[in-house]
Amino acid sequence: MQSEVPVTTQRQSPGGVSANANSLFDGREGDPAILKHLANRIRMTAMSMTNHAHLGHTGGDLSASDVLAVLYGGVLQLDPQQPNWPQRDRFLLSKGHCAAALYTALAMRGFFETALLRTFMDPLSKLNGHPDRNKLPGVEANTGPLGHGLPIAVGCAIAAKMRGETWRTFVLTGDGELQEGSNWEAAMSAQQYKLDNLIVIVDRNRLQQGDFTENTIRMEPLADKWRTFGFAVTEIDGHNTATLREVLSGAPLEVGKPTCIIANTIKGKGVSFAENQPAWHHGVPTEEQLRKAAEELEAEPVW
Amino acid sequence: MVTPPEIAAEESQPSAPTYTLGPKADCRDAFSQTLVELAGSDPRVCAVVNDSVSSTKLKGFMGKYPERFVNVGIAEQNMVGVGTGLANGGMLPFVCGASCFLTARAMEQVKVDLGYTRSNVKLCGMSSGMAYGQLGPTHHSIEDIAWTRVIPNLTVIVPADAAETEAAMRFAHATDGPMFLRISRVPVPSILPKGHVFEPGKAVLLREGHDVTLMANGVLVSRALEAANALAAMGIEARVLNMSSIKPFDEPAVLAAARGTRGIVTAEEGLRAGGLGGIVAEILATKARNAPPLRILGLPDVFAPTGTAEFLLEHFGLTAKGIVDASVELVGSKLPAR
Repeated sequence: MQSEVPVTTQRQSPGGVSANANSLFDGREGDPAILKHLANRIRMTAMSMTNHAHLGHTGGDLSASDVLAVLYGGVLQLDPQQPNWPQRDRFLLSKGHCAAALYTALAMRGFFETALLRTFMDPLSKLNGHPDRNKLPGVEANTGPLGHGLPIAVGCAIAAKMRGETWRTFVLTGDGELQEGSNWEAAMSAQQYKLDNLIVIVDRNRLQQGDFTENTIRMEPLADKWRTFGFAVTEIDGHNTATLREVLSGAPLEVGKPTCIIANTIKGKGVSFAENQPAWHHGVPTEEQLRKAAEELEAEPVW
Repeated sequence: MVTPPEIAAEESQPSAPTYTLGPKADCRDAFSQTLVELAGSDPRVCAVVNDSVSSTKLKGFMGKYPERFVNVGIAEQNMVGVGTGLANGGMLPFVCGASCFLTARAMEQVKVDLGYTRSNVKLCGMSSGMAYGQLGPTHHSIEDIAWTRVIPNLTVIVPADAAETEAAMRFAHATDGPMFLRISRVPVPSILPKGHVFEPGKAVLLREGHDVTLMANGVLVSRALEAANALAAMGIEARVLNMSSIKPFDEPAVLAAARGTRGIVTAEEGLRAGGLGGIVAEILATKARNAPPLRILGLPDVFAPTGTAEFLLEHFGLTAKGIVDASVELVGSKLPAR
């Protein structure tokens, strides 16, 4: 494939995030403090969903919430009224086990009613434990097994180049997830095809299901790994909504190269008893713990 | 069943073969020529390969449509994932590679990214079965039907000759959803007419007969027709069905064979377990009243020894003679006693 395809089509933007009356994002997302609060509402909702289902992945939901709030709070060009708008930006949650946080962000953006979140993992619910694009608008890929998102994202990015379109493809991976070799197959093809419309965000919370990543299979030097695979790389605080917004809006970091953003995060972020605790990978909060989390996050669920 | 006009129906009388065997051809040529044609009329059509430019015979495509040709290198998981992303992005990818690697190495991507997601991706598993002969069991793909047919939403097609390969490609292009096409490199005689149209879930009736039913697909179809000729000389009239559509599968054709003939022989270039014969056995056991005896020709639970594809087919009895012997065992010889 020739990678430098001229851009022939300008996108008709579907409007800002506040164009949709159902969106809880109200157009003030340029304010990092408001984004932070919205991220905490994602956290509180995801924890409530896990409490409801007695099942879920609390730690990863909490580490990824700021990234999701920033993406769905304005970075992604989307139209909830036309979820399959061909020129939409693509966001793929490769760490599909953090579905509760994704579902919340989608509902807040207006893809479906927030009341649906109360059915998380109920019998016959559209809200599987892992996302299913055939059940829910706004989901781009059926993920869950790790190492699937980046190859699919590479395909989305190549499709944009083939079609001369300007949409961007974002994929959020875990850090432990990068132990799956398929990611590195995909990384090699991303640099070969000069996919500067591809942005990989690594949720670098340093924990995987059983232990810290570095005690399991060492990931460091992680930024160097991505650099030698041909990516333009930056490391940022994955909980700083201002930085996230600036870097994600401005991507690619370098023309002609795919971008990798290593978002340094804390698993269980924002909730004292869950932070950095391996047991909270899939810990289920009690009612009492939910109340404590709401106090610490200063937020209520969106449902 | 797809019934050629010359044959009225199941009730028709035994007749001369409707389809005769023509010159041999490599189905990959029909595959690659058709893909170039489809790309010419549809800008969504693109190809994804794993360094397999020559073994998929896609040099012509690459030369003509370089901007729609993606070589991911030797990386099958990524290859299927990239195909999924291309489909998400509005393209219509044909993901092509040696069947042994495409299926086995990327099986979870085939399950999740294609089957579960219902992505509009067409997998073209090249050089399937024992086509790679002497290269050995690492390169054989005798398991691919058993693996792919159990994945929900995945259509599975095993074309019998060049005309059916072209027909299957056109069907795959025109029909939304994930598919697996098993395309051999063993030259096979032409059977179906140019312009043949593939119909999913329909057996193709190649010859009528009421003594025994021969069901085959892929490289075994021409051998089943040869067997039918030999059986006719012995006074046994064989119905020959091309079961190219593995999923969906023509259940009524099996039940009609159970009602209308005294035995069924299946033949395929792959493991007996989980393949064409296994499907027929499942249908007979669960749906048929008074099911006739069944013989399944294929590989037992072994890896093949060393030898050419032709040698190995003979080694495992996947020949006209093997089909004749199994048929005679089932329904007996009608030849008058000497």
